Amino acid sequence: MDLHALTIRKASALLRSGEITSVALTQAVLDRIAAVDPAIKAYVTVCEDAALQEATAADARLQRGGPLTPLTGIPYGVKDCLSTTGVRTTCSSRILENYVPRYDATVISRLREAGAVLVGKQNMDEFGMGSSCENSAFFATRNPWAFDRVPGGSSGGSAAAVASGMGLFALGEDTGGSIRMPASFCGVTGLKPTYGRVPRYGLLALVSSFDSIGPLTHDAWDAALVLGAIAGRDPRDSTSVGVPVPGYTSTMTGERLDGVRLGVPIEYFAKGIDPAVECAVRTAITHLEALGAEVREVSLPHTEHAISIYYLILTAEASSNLARFDGVRFGLSEPPEGVDIVERYLKTRGKGFGPEVKRRIMLGTFALSAGYYDAYYLRAQRVRTLLRQDFAHAFEVVDALIAPVSPTCAFKIGEKVDDPLQMYLSDIHVVAANPGGVCSLAVPCGFAEGLPVGMQIIGPPMGEAGVLSVGAAYQATTDWHTRRPMAE
Amino acid sequence: MAETEYEIVIGMEIHAELRTASKMFCGCPVVDTTVAEPNTAVCPVCGGLPGAMPVVNKLAVEQAMLVGLALNCQINASTSFARKNYFYPDLPKGYQISQYDDPIATNGWIDVQTEDGGNVRIGIRRAHMEEDTAKSFHYSAGGARGGAYTLIDFNRSGVPLLEIVSEPDMHSVAAAYAYGTKIREILRYLGVNSGDMEKGVLRFEANVSIRPRGTEALGTRTEIKNLNSFRALVRASEYEIARQIEVVEAGGTVVQETLGWDEARGVTVSQRSKEHAHDYRYFPEPDLPPLTIDGAWIEEVRQALPELPDAKYARFVGVYGLVENDARILVEDQALASYFEAAARSYGGNAASVSKWIVGELAYLMNRDGVALEAVRVTPESIASLVKLVDAGTVSLSSAKDVLATMFETGRAPEVIVKDNGLVQISDEEALSQIADQVLSDHPDEVVAFLGGRESLLQWFMGQVMRATRGRAQPQTVLGLLRGKLEARRR
Ligand SMILES: [Zn+2]
Repeated sequence: MDLHALTIRKASALLRSGEITSVALTQAVLDRIAAVDPAIKAYVTVCEDAALQEATAADARLQRGGPLTPLTGIPYGVKDCLSTTGVRTTCSSRILENYVPRYDATVISRLREAGAVLVGKQNMDEFGMGSSCENSAFFATRNPWAFDRVPGGSSGGSAAAVASGMGLFALGEDTGGSIRMPASFCGVTGLKPTYGRVPRYGLLALVSSFDSIGPLTHDAWDAALVLGAIAGRDPRDSTSVGVPVPGYTSTMTGERLDGVRLGVPIEYFAKGIDPAVECAVRTAITHLEALGAEVREVSLPHTEHAISIYYLILTAEASSNLARFDGVRFGLSEPPEGVDIVERYLKTRGKGFGPEVKRRIMLGTFALSAGYYDAYYLRAQRVRTLLRQDFAHAFEVVDALIAPVSPTCAFKIGEKVDDPLQMYLSDIHVVAANPGGVCSLAVPCGFAEGLPVGMQIIGPPMGEAGVLSVGAAYQATTDWHTRRPMAE
Repeated sequence: MAETEYEIVIGMEIHAELRTASKMFCGCPVVDTTVAEPNTAVCPVCGGLPGAMPVVNKLAVEQAMLVGLALNCQINASTSFARKNYFYPDLPKGYQISQYDDPIATNGWIDVQTEDGGNVRIGIRRAHMEEDTAKSFHYSAGGARGGAYTLIDFNRSGVPLLEIVSEPDMHSVAAAYAYGTKIREILRYLGVNSGDMEKGVLRFEANVSIRPRGTEALGTRTEIKNLNSFRALVRASEYEIARQIEVVEAGGTVVQETLGWDEARGVTVSQRSKEHAHDYRYFPEPDLPPLTIDGAWIEEVRQALPELPDAKYARFVGVYGLVENDARILVEDQALASYFEAAARSYGGNAASVSKWIVGELAYLMNRDGVALEAVRVTPESIASLVKLVDAGTVSLSSAKDVLATMFETGRAPEVIVKDNGLVQISDEEALSQIADQVLSDHPDEVVAFLGGRESLLQWFMGQVMRATRGRAQPQTVLGLLRGKLEARRR
């Protein structure tokens, strides 16, 4: 039995029955990291000692018999944009290379309380800006299915880690596809919850209006377990929502989808989509229909504006969110001494930020400038309302939408790195969910030339239980999600 | 042209620190930054650490609502926060959370009285909440560290502020001064600001322009920032008006700019430089949803509105019959006004005599010894008792002043002091007559002089009697007796 390849559900049962210990499970994951991460490079920081200590504590808890949660003793990794006490949190940026937070993000403390075991911090595109994990200031992460390909981004390290058994699950963060897109590229399940469902306190903000923390797992069931542990109102995040957290797995028992109304947005199957990807997704739709779902075409007419809205609001908010990295209180400060404050700003930020980050800060600063604010930021917010209305109209007649995650499978490292616009377009099917305020689950639905293909199940705001049960029914009757790369 | 041919136009922005236990967007305590160790009241939120998020302090919102209501503003049903973006080391997030499009309060007014007794209505354009910045301490080269350096204290970072923006309705420096005074008084009444200018809890900004008298269009204005005393407000405004007139008289035009006030040199200084040419790039704060303020909440806050200075003044003059000057002095200090009312209640009679003692003798003693009202040992009840003793003729007016001084020092009851020191007034004619006779027979030369026409010696004889009785003689009785006895000698 490869312990590192277990689902949470299975591992939790083994832990509770005493067949395995958290220390053994954690050690198996650490061993796996030692064995494969030199090739994949998913982790920025591995906290081996702390992980084994937490595992020991989890074993004591398991022996005591409580309080237990489905995550007690489960080793996991986290995208390096979530604040972790005493463990450096870099956002894969030079400017935070040596920044060690003194507090835990709310989701991290909730997982600590649940008894989960943190094994390390995962690579990402710098500050979440990118779709390939190539924009990390440290190194590019490789796709476990094909080392010459990207894992997707920005939560590329998290998806690659889960796919290759370097953590039973991961916490990622999705601003415009950053969980779903790498999940799809790496053949794992990724959930972008509704904005506000999971508190953001302690998440190093990229776009405060869009950022959603969510799980990357092997299947929908595991995603439901993690979501159940991290969701719910947090008084420290005023944008978190007070809607009670349901028992997500309680509605995920069926293999049938009778009476479930699914919509296929025509705009998501427009030209530009790889035929192999389209084929896999259409096959999956037929499968869902066979499970009893009613499928119909719907239209989300403002989809074409999603990318523009997304990048305008993103760059604007990011330019402000990244202003605090000024070399005064923490992180990189250049040079050590002897310059005035303006020069310190210029040198620190000039050296600390990568080219994509600088590009977006400049774009955002421009979009917010006097004289341009109305034309750009304000107009983007207005069009965003139209995008939300699109989804609202669709969800009047369907329960969930089915669409591809990405128009292509994982592309080659270096392929789009010099063409930012082409890189932005790889997000075309995932970005709308964030400004649109909906939730979306990405599940593996096939392979094309040996690379995983992903499908999105998009649900209405706070509709996580619905998309998870559609995903669970699909996975109960398919085995794409059980395929593992680099298996012995 | 002379100064009188120009009309002065002044608008003011007042930054007032709200008086909450914790900061605007985090749980850190608000400490006295002139006393507390630097950087002891800081957390990830007000320190601007990555990932930390703001949470609105409800009490600060309610205090802002109180001010809005007191300034006759409309409280907006939905109020939102915005980011004001700029780089400065004392601004940890690289932006200040403020309000831009939907401030909490808009469209109000207050009436102020100018020194010439006039009444002017000043419009309040808006009042909005924001967080304070940290404080920088600059040290020049040559110190212990060699080169020049700056230290930052984040204790003040995130302290709640209310910015009150007036319409340009003030047409004299006196009106601006009166407006500033009035706002300070109202804020203190509401308990939302100590009014302690030395601690920097109130800062003024004056927007000054001039225009030819009789014209409507506003002249180009200059903004004088960071005026931290009334003296600075008055001097800077006067200087700036004179400067603008001089510029215009010389055929020039006033340039719109931000100015600082150099207290030492007594001049305004242009702050126009690369660092200050800001485009703040305001946009809605995405970490804070708009606040909804319903009617019920506004009513709840309105219930907490205390009686405001104008209403109290009107009542003191109308109901208690105080002279205007006494009423004004009492109203200026809410605590003193309450003290007066307690004393008046205890006294029961014509409160005007009580107010005279408080505004006169008691205030004199407090000033002399630098004692604040909270520390005064004379209770309102005991000052009322003292006035009663005077009314009843039990003590003379001059003794009563000594009694009050003793009360002030010891906190003892006036009756006890009077009794212990034998200060009961001598009204007994028989006894006073004997003393008067003694005084006249002891000073035959003065008696001759008086009879010879130096009538002013009557007061001198009076003084001698007072001296003999240690001030306890009933003055009217003594005067009558002396007159009678001297006239008798004339015959
Ligand atoms: Zn704080």
